[in-house]
Amino acid sequence: MTQALTQQQTLQEYLLRLADSNLIISQRLCELCGKAPAVEEEMALMNVALDLVGQARNWYEYAADLDEAKRDADTLAFRRDAHDYRNLLLTEQPNGDYAVTMVRQFYFDVWHYFTLQSLVNAPDERIAGIAAKALKEVTYHLRRSSAWVKRLGDGTEESHQRMEEAVESLWRFTGELITHDQVELDLAAQGLAPNPEQLAADWKGMVKEVLTEATLSLQDDNAWMHLGSKKGIHTEHLGLILAEMQFLQRAYPDAKTW
Amino acid sequence: MLKPGKTSKPVAAPLENPMIASDLVPANACGKPLSEDQIWQLLQEVKDPEVPAVSVVELGVIRKLSWQGQQLVVDVTPTYSGCPATDLIEELIAAALMQGGIRDPQIKRVLTPAWTTDWITPEGREKLRQFGIAPPQGSVSKMTLLGHDQQVTCPHCGSNHTEQVSEFGSTACKALYRCTDCLEPFDYFKCI
Repeated sequence: MTQALTQQQTLQEYLLRLADSNLIISQRLCELCGKAPAVEEEMALMNVALDLVGQARNWYEYAADLDEAKRDADTLAFRRDAHDYRNLLLTEQPNGDYAVTMVRQFYFDVWHYFTLQSLVNAPDERIAGIAAKALKEVTYHLRRSSAWVKRLGDGTEESHQRMEEAVESLWRFTGELITHDQVELDLAAQGLAPNPEQLAADWKGMVKEVLTEATLSLQDDNAWMHLGSKKGIHTEHLGLILAEMQFLQRAYPDAKTW
Repeated sequence: MLKPGKTSKPVAAPLENPMIASDLVPANACGKPLSEDQIWQLLQEVKDPEVPAVSVVELGVIRKLSWQGQQLVVDVTPTYSGCPATDLIEELIAAALMQGGIRDPQIKRVLTPAWTTDWITPEGREKLRQFGIAPPQGSVSKMTLLGHDQQVTCPHCGSNHTEQVSEFGSTACKALYRCTDCLEPFDYFKCI
């Protein structure tokens, strides 16, 4: 970043990261509507997606209130281009098989859980309030995804094998969850974002615990990682997600009735 | 994990400052003053559109009534961040109040403190059970992050021999269970 951000811009940037990550992983989950492996799983995935989109809305509304261009929450969610999105690269990865879907969710849920646990104590009433509400929901998400990681990892030969592949193939997108940039450092110093070291330690600790119980291989902490979403550099998948997700808003801007 | 039979008795949510000074209450359309009780009665008629057995009062989503000048302000909290019924519930509340003669009520959405199933009233829980939905059992603090599921009582036959079919049911606030004694499936109102 060449120009120093004001406090308001820094906060908005961080809120957009939270909102975008929620929205994009929610959009990915919704792709499974009508095609999940079992009806109970479909209900669960759609309800998780619903929680996440609701949380995204709360963060977007706050980000909109800080927006210098006076964009509203819908405009922030649906009318920006790929390079303006700040969602974690992990969240835009394709659903793959069910092992990939659940491992992606598990990695995300652990990050989300510890992030919210910190934001609950933020000295900003609105952030703390949104986080407190979201934390109750995300606790449930994490219970569910970690249970699936254990069940599939310590399951049949085939489920174990597929989980091993998923754990490994998504690992390179997890570095982003626990590395930080200036925006996060600035906010962490004020208690408005999690302490980066603490978040990294908590994330690694819980992931190790669950993978071990699931009889899955632990991954290399020093592996090469894809980074970039915090600067708007994404994998090729985001553009395709947006093409579908934003179609209606682009084709019929400001449509109010159907 | 909760031990069977040790569930604490749910208490009705104490409303923060449930104040309405009666001398401030304006007259309704027919010129008759509305008491605070009457306003609560109007709200009692508003049912959760997704669980029509319980009212918004019994669900614990009405947090406060207050007056700003001549305008009634109703603080409403959503059950879940993404609950699609939130907007509708707010409209239904406004409509019920206006029908009862309150002019231009303001519905204020509040997130803090976050809604918890502990706020569902004892009457609300009984109505859920009669409707075939197992009410939330135990209190939220007993939940463990990576622990086991808690025991849920079948709303049909009262058996404790039940098992979880899915962590989520027909709405975000419910999970799907089945009774291994009477074999009926049922919704369980999740404890959050």
